[in-house]
Amino acid sequence: MATLLEFKNVSKQYSKDTKALSDVNFAVNEGEFVSIIGPSGAGKSTLLRCINRMIEASSGEIIFDGANVTEFKIRELKRLRTRIGMIFQHYNLVNRLSVIENVLHGRLGYKSTLAGVLGIYNEEEKRQAYSILRILGLEDHIYKRCDQLSGGQKQRVGIARALVQDPKMLLCDEPIASLDPNASKIIMDHLRNISSSMGITVLINLHQVDVAIKYSDRIIGVNKGTVVYDGPPEEIKANELRSIYGIEAEELLVNQGANHAG
Amino acid sequence: MRPEESVSYDKSGYKEASADNITVKTKPFNKASFVIQMTLIALAALTLYGFSSFDYKDINIFEAISSSFSTVKTMFLEPHFNHFTFGEALMQVSITLGLAFLTTLFGAVIALFLGLLAARNLSSNTVSYIIKGLVAFIRAVPTVLWVLIFAVAAGLGSVAAVIGMTFHSVSYLVKAYSESFEELDKGVIEALRASGANWWQIAFQAVIPTSITYMISWTFMRFEINFAVSVAMGAAAGAGGIGYDMFMASAFYYDLREVGVITYLILAFAVALEIFAGRLKRKLKVTV
Amino acid sequence: MLDKYFAKKRRDSLIFCAIMISLTLGAIIITEYDVVKGFTSIVKAAEWTSSNFYPDEKAMNRLPDILDSLTETVLVSIAATTVAALFALLFAMLGSSTTGVSGVFSSLSRGVASLFRNIDVAAWSMILLFSFGQNVLTGYFALFFGSFGFLTRAFMEAIDEVSSSSVEALRATGASYFSIIFQSVIPTSVPLLLSWILFMVETNIRHATIVGILTGTGIGFLFSLYYKSLNYSSASLLVIVIVITILLIEYISNYIRRVIL
Repeated sequence: MATLLEFKNVSKQYSKDTKALSDVNFAVNEGEFVSIIGPSGAGKSTLLRCINRMIEASSGEIIFDGANVTEFKIRELKRLRTRIGMIFQHYNLVNRLSVIENVLHGRLGYKSTLAGVLGIYNEEEKRQAYSILRILGLEDHIYKRCDQLSGGQKQRVGIARALVQDPKMLLCDEPIASLDPNASKIIMDHLRNISSSMGITVLINLHQVDVAIKYSDRIIGVNKGTVVYDGPPEEIKANELRSIYGIEAEELLVNQGANHAG
Repeated sequence: MRPEESVSYDKSGYKEASADNITVKTKPFNKASFVIQMTLIALAALTLYGFSSFDYKDINIFEAISSSFSTVKTMFLEPHFNHFTFGEALMQVSITLGLAFLTTLFGAVIALFLGLLAARNLSSNTVSYIIKGLVAFIRAVPTVLWVLIFAVAAGLGSVAAVIGMTFHSVSYLVKAYSESFEELDKGVIEALRASGANWWQIAFQAVIPTSITYMISWTFMRFEINFAVSVAMGAAAGAGGIGYDMFMASAFYYDLREVGVITYLILAFAVALEIFAGRLKRKLKVTV
Repeated sequence: MLDKYFAKKRRDSLIFCAIMISLTLGAIIITEYDVVKGFTSIVKAAEWTSSNFYPDEKAMNRLPDILDSLTETVLVSIAATTVAALFALLFAMLGSSTTGVSGVFSSLSRGVASLFRNIDVAAWSMILLFSFGQNVLTGYFALFFGSFGFLTRAFMEAIDEVSSSSVEALRATGASYFSIIFQSVIPTSVPLLLSWILFMVETNIRHATIVGILTGTGIGFLFSLYYKSLNYSSASLLVIVIVITILLIEYISNYIRRVIL
């Protein structure tokens, strides 16, 4: 399998004292489903955002599809972003607009400024948006305004917006952190399906260890800005969790076990 | 703030009142209520000082008030057209409305772009500060002065009035627009930026659709204000329209009844605009 | 369905544009607005301002006069606002749906407020000019009536917005009408009311200029005197003084607002 994404000695320093990432190295293969776990403030969001340069890495190389994205000029950066979809914890939809319009926003990166400003989309794009919404089970809500949707539905709109970009990779930043277990399951199932059936690489930040273990091909554990674990989910044991989350991890695993038992 | 505190003391004896007393005791250390008290005292003092320092020019206030009453009575109970007809008056009102409309439209278009540039989340801090500062300066010069200053260059008339009034509309709307733009969730901007959308696309596809109801209601509010301002400019700066007729009737012909009928006419339009604005706001809120 | 949705959106915006354009053309024709002149006059005004509209030494001699009438104008604005605020508070209490006594009072109060608000201060000046003549009280009452109308409505909305939930709670405890007003309504709404009062003071100082021009009092009268006698350097000094005053008052009231809200 070909490598799609590679971090080489990536660091990010916000100010003198706060180092969000230090010397991060890992690689993601095409079509892989990779979870990043770690305590809050470990640098998971920063790591994700360095890939599409919503945040600029301070040093190191990030190779995406054979090119170093940290050297991209503005035009190349724009093209990069169209090829990487992003999904957010708080969905980040324009609440006043309809579902379909929010989904079509995913096409803006392909458009001229004027077409984007006027919101002109071609038939092909609209059909594509519609079929994605149907796959995600939202065909009854196409013309609803987004503020009338539930959290889980909003997140599905967020996924649709990312998919309509025709991405090679999805970056998911805590996509289920604001959702109830039921909606979380639906979202995770969709993401897993997208990865296996469409062959889209998924890189996802999670704070639910059990979910990460259940869905991922591989898990990357991050603590204090460094990668402390990189391996298959089956090998995550108490020791590994301790190094990712710190001392209190035993309890976490006990809870995890309890959850599984329940 | 003092009187209501004493009331709460009077009420003591009840169980809750004792808890109230504790919060009352902490109040004097509260900066906010200290500032409120100081502001109220300062306003009261300035008011009293003002009344004592005005040059009343030996006006007999009771006589003046009673004569005002009879003036108002004549005006409103016996309104009558004298120097022009109802049709002409309507024509003049529509000129005033036209001035207000043009001013609001120009103001809104200019303010839309300046507002985007002035919103901190869409623009750089420097640009935002420059525009906001400029706008604060424009607002500080009263509208009538803008109109009169432009009148020197363009002559008294609709051009000076519209341009002068537009200045004020722009500054008012830039403030209103940019503040509503700044309320936009920054996650939405991030989401679109992550998909490769550029600044203009984000502005027109996310920022403006989100703020549009606020923008409409602020713009319409400005239209209401501009109607009143147009009347005033007609009177004070020769901008034409119904305001000028009112000024003539009052200061030139001393025709109370005509002033009355013009006042009714302006009032009717102003109230109609207000009712329409209320409807509009309610309708927008329903669909939100 | 999909096509229809977007077609409808497009049609709606086309209709909106068409209406706006025809309204604009109508307004341009009826007001005899000269579009070209509109643009050229901005340039001309800028040229004229930079070459004529700045204070010279002679104007500086008039500074004491200007400051005198400015003080009067500011005091008139404040006095009109505070007295109007007292009356407005009374009417707002009677008219608000949280504290009002009956629906009749409420609509009466709203009606009175609407009447006073919708007659612009400029119109009030012209009405009052008949009885009061060229006197400081003409301007005072013009500002007073306008402020009264505006504040009554603002206060009413503020009271309803801020205190309805706490009023409900107090009513549930069986508190009397006046204890509810003094324990709940006033304490919760005072910051907002004060913020409106400060806004009104600012507005009144701006309005005082036009009221002064129409009634021959205060800073507005002085400006029209200089303006009509083509004494532009003094007029410009006066504008500068007004700008500084308004910015200063805006700054103070923004500070107060930040602390109390």
